[in-house]
Amino acid sequence: MVNFYLDARSGVPTYMQLVNQVRRAVRNGTVHAGDRLPTAREVVAALAINPNTVLKAYTQLESEGLVISRPGLGTFIAQGIPAPLAPVLQRQLRRGLDSWIRSAATAGLDRDGMLALINLAIDEQGAHVA
Amino acid sequence: MNAAIDAHGLSKRYRAGWALRDCSLRVPSGRISGLVGPNGAGKTTLLRLAVGLLKPTAGEISVFGWSPTDQPNLVLARVGFVPQDRPLYRHFTVDDILQLGRHLNPRWDQALAVARLTRLAIPLNRKLAHLSGGQQAQVSLALALGKRPDLLLLDEPLSNLDPLARREFMSGLVEVVAAEGLTVILSSHVVAELERVCDHLVILNGGRVQVVGDIDELLHLHKLLIAPRVDPKSISGDATVIRATHTDRQSAMLVKVGSEPVRPDWEVHDVSLEDIVLAYLGNPAAATLPAPAVEKAG
Repeated sequence: MVNFYLDARSGVPTYMQLVNQVRRAVRNGTVHAGDRLPTAREVVAALAINPNTVLKAYTQLESEGLVISRPGLGTFIAQGIPAPLAPVLQRQLRRGLDSWIRSAATAGLDRDGMLALINLAIDEQGAHVA
Repeated sequence: MNAAIDAHGLSKRYRAGWALRDCSLRVPSGRISGLVGPNGAGKTTLLRLAVGLLKPTAGEISVFGWSPTDQPNLVLARVGFVPQDRPLYRHFTVDDILQLGRHLNPRWDQALAVARLTRLAIPLNRKLAHLSGGQQAQVSLALALGKRPDLLLLDEPLSNLDPLARREFMSGLVEVVAAEGLTVILSSHVVAELERVCDHLVILNGGRVQVVGDIDELLHLHKLLIAPRVDPKSISGDATVIRATHTDRQSAMLVKVGSEPVRPDWEVHDVSLEDIVLAYLGNPAAATLPAPAVEKAG
């Protein structure tokens, strides 16, 4: 089950925060195909947000093919979602990243500087990164 | 479907002067609309006109297509109203006040009201005077919801509540909206509290409507531009400057963007709902609506 939370100071629109949390949960393998997402009413009561915000997030996830909604039953993680990264591969990528962060810190970059550089690199890879 | 509220040229004058002046606005049904504005902006007057407690001096207001003063039997059973001071008979027990609700309202849902209060652990045999402010607010809300309204009007529902009670009140409110799909209009002068709950906004200022609209759209339409110091009048294109601040080198302008793109050498930032509201309130002449018609009386 996804436990939604909100970061009021992130500046990211609320519905997008919900979308990102489901994407992340799928990617990390914390939810699996067939798992039910909380109902709009449950999310709304837990976070005190507008019901349409939840519907908007779920509609967006559905249009991305990440979830399917079964009227009267709920919203479920779709079959055939990309498999989470194998733990071995994840550890390997993480080690590379850790050593990169250490070099960047030694070179005097702060968090914003590192993120800017990473974003720039991703942007310039363009075609290879979805 | 009829709008929950539709007002045209709505005006109200008290002995002391105009409280509302030529207000036109529409709140579609199914929305949670925030009614914001400084004290004295006319928020309470607008809500009282919507339930027929006041009669317009000029113009008209309809609720689901009907006039609250001329067709009260078609309006009042569908509308729940919780006034600002949450008037409750202090010597009644919670149970007494629910009895009263049951006798006064044809569509009364006792089970719903009792279930809400039980879930919040509010004892039904306790006198209202002995409940906390947060509990009294919850009783008022349960009373208004027990009526099974299609439209719920809440005047400053969060005033005098501590942060936890505010959160519980809002969460109980949105949960009902998710389940029942009713329309809610709530007034407040604390914008931050409305941002996550509301999807529609009305800004009243000095008795006039400054902004009415879908919050996502308003957020999309308004941007903060940072530019080398410029005269706001020289801003190119069809953007409208709502508020401008200048240092000797830079200008920061909160604008409503037009159809033409912003100059590429200017920085463009997203703004929060609070930024938008404060910018409008600080500039009463600005409105996202067409300028009001020439004043008829004065």
